Amino acid sequence: MTLPAPVPDITPETETFWKATATGRLLIQRCAECDRCVWYPRFLCPACHSTDLLWTAASGRGTVHSTTVTSRGILDYKDAGSYVLALVELDEGPKMLTNVVECDPAEVFIGQCVEVVFHDTGAGVALPRFRPVTEAAAIPGA
Amino acid sequence: MSIRGKAFIAGAYEHPGRELPDHSIPRIHAEVALGALADAGLTLADVDAYFCAADAPGLGGLAMADYLGLRVRYMDSSDMGGSVYLSHVGHAAAAIAAGKCNVALITLGGRPRTTSLRAPGQLMGAPPEAGFEPVFGLNVSAVYALAAARHVYRYGTTSEQLAEIKVAASLHAQHNENALLRKPVTVEQVVSSPMVSSPLHRLDCCVVTDGGGALVLVNEDIARGLDRRCVKVLGHGEAIEHSHGGWQDITVTGAVRSGRDAFEEARVTPADVDYVGLYDSFTITALLAIEDLGFCAKGEGGRFVLDGALHAPHGVLPFNTDGGSLCNNHPANRGGMTKIIEAVRQVRGEAHPAVQVPGCEIALAHGTGGWLTTRMGNATVILGREDA
Ligand SMILES: [Zn+2]
Repeated sequence: MTLPAPVPDITPETETFWKATATGRLLIQRCAECDRCVWYPRFLCPACHSTDLLWTAASGRGTVHSTTVTSRGILDYKDAGSYVLALVELDEGPKMLTNVVECDPAEVFIGQCVEVVFHDTGAGVALPRFRPVTEAAAIPGA
Repeated sequence: MSIRGKAFIAGAYEHPGRELPDHSIPRIHAEVALGALADAGLTLADVDAYFCAADAPGLGGLAMADYLGLRVRYMDSSDMGGSVYLSHVGHAAAAIAAGKCNVALITLGGRPRTTSLRAPGQLMGAPPEAGFEPVFGLNVSAVYALAAARHVYRYGTTSEQLAEIKVAASLHAQHNENALLRKPVTVEQVVSSPMVSSPLHRLDCCVVTDGGGALVLVNEDIARGLDRRCVKVLGHGEAIEHSHGGWQDITVTGAVRSGRDAFEEARVTPADVDYVGLYDSFTITALLAIEDLGFCAKGEGGRFVLDGALHAPHGVLPFNTDGGSLCNNHPANRGGMTKIIEAVRQVRGEAHPAVQVPGCEIALAHGTGGWLTTRMGNATVILGREDA
């Protein structure tokens, strides 16, 4: 089953992030003061409170930190059936809520290596979801 | 006690903007917060109390504390319209006078000129996380399930152990004629009920009920003059926990801090507590509270609840003797009120005789509002007998 791809709520401070998704790029803010990456995008670093946050390209790789197969979708997901809501720890450090797709929901596990895929919302921006990294893709150059 | 001379306004800042079409509302709150703190010679890291009203987006102050990265031990998001910030000054002064906090931040921010959000109640717009959570199908049971799944992974907690919490609640609910679900259930029935958000089954989830509750607090003189047996408030603590920019530990709640403050103020320890009312929106909510309040070591909650530990009247830690939110009542999707009410019944000796804890002198009620995994408001109250 294909998951819905609802159009996100885009604000002036998240516009840069969403625009990049249209070209398949996952951006993340890095704090110039404490060097920490921040998720979700905002005006100031919640760790050191510096307002000097820089947009940088994330690797798009991460690890499943926690995962659930939920069948209680609401709003746009009301009729989505069972799907995976996961907390993915990006290689840059922060954890983001997202979906793991392109696999059997029951086979998603904590510790699994995943990579970003973008699902078009039809409104010029795309949702960053993740799929398991296959063996072939995991070996550089393979 | 009076607030006279107990609190001082150290910083004040008015945003210079009059048209801010490119600012999110959370950003305006952030800018005025930074401005007022700079005026005071303080930083956001010094703030331990946060006050906001309905112009701040999200649930109470949770979204703003998350956005700003505040470490809050006292929060007030009461509203009374445009005058509320004056009221907040009074509330903050009272909290400071009572030693509940040292640095209170009050913020106001909005964009009625450059958005169409002019209608009453629409001033705040969407919370800052809005673009990054609903689009992925976040729902309440799923964010609790994420915390549960990580706890299972990290500590080996089992579905059967979580089920013991529901079983204990159901055994208590059978004595409550008003409980929505009065029939005792078994571990087997819980773990074989339909999966809602793995690893949480339907019977790991609380009931959905209409209804409500209320409390009246009085001063010592009035309490003494009343015929009714009163219950003394011995201690209180609160803490907002949130995502820390994506660096949170989702198996830990703010009960670590709210519990510590409440125990310290009440001058009691977990070993002194005769009865606990624990927020049980899901079984995992109660399990994390047991650990984080210090009734067992972190990660030991699953083993702790075995062997009838939560059963009244003779378990090690009798809990939710009204049947809790899991079986009795979760009015308006908010379970904090009923946790205090049953704790009051226990300390008064007026719980159902089948579940009344003999000689109940000290009761603790704890709430976990909002959501596990993303952002939560935790509050702990410790109660004792009138002569305690
Ligand atoms: Zn920083």
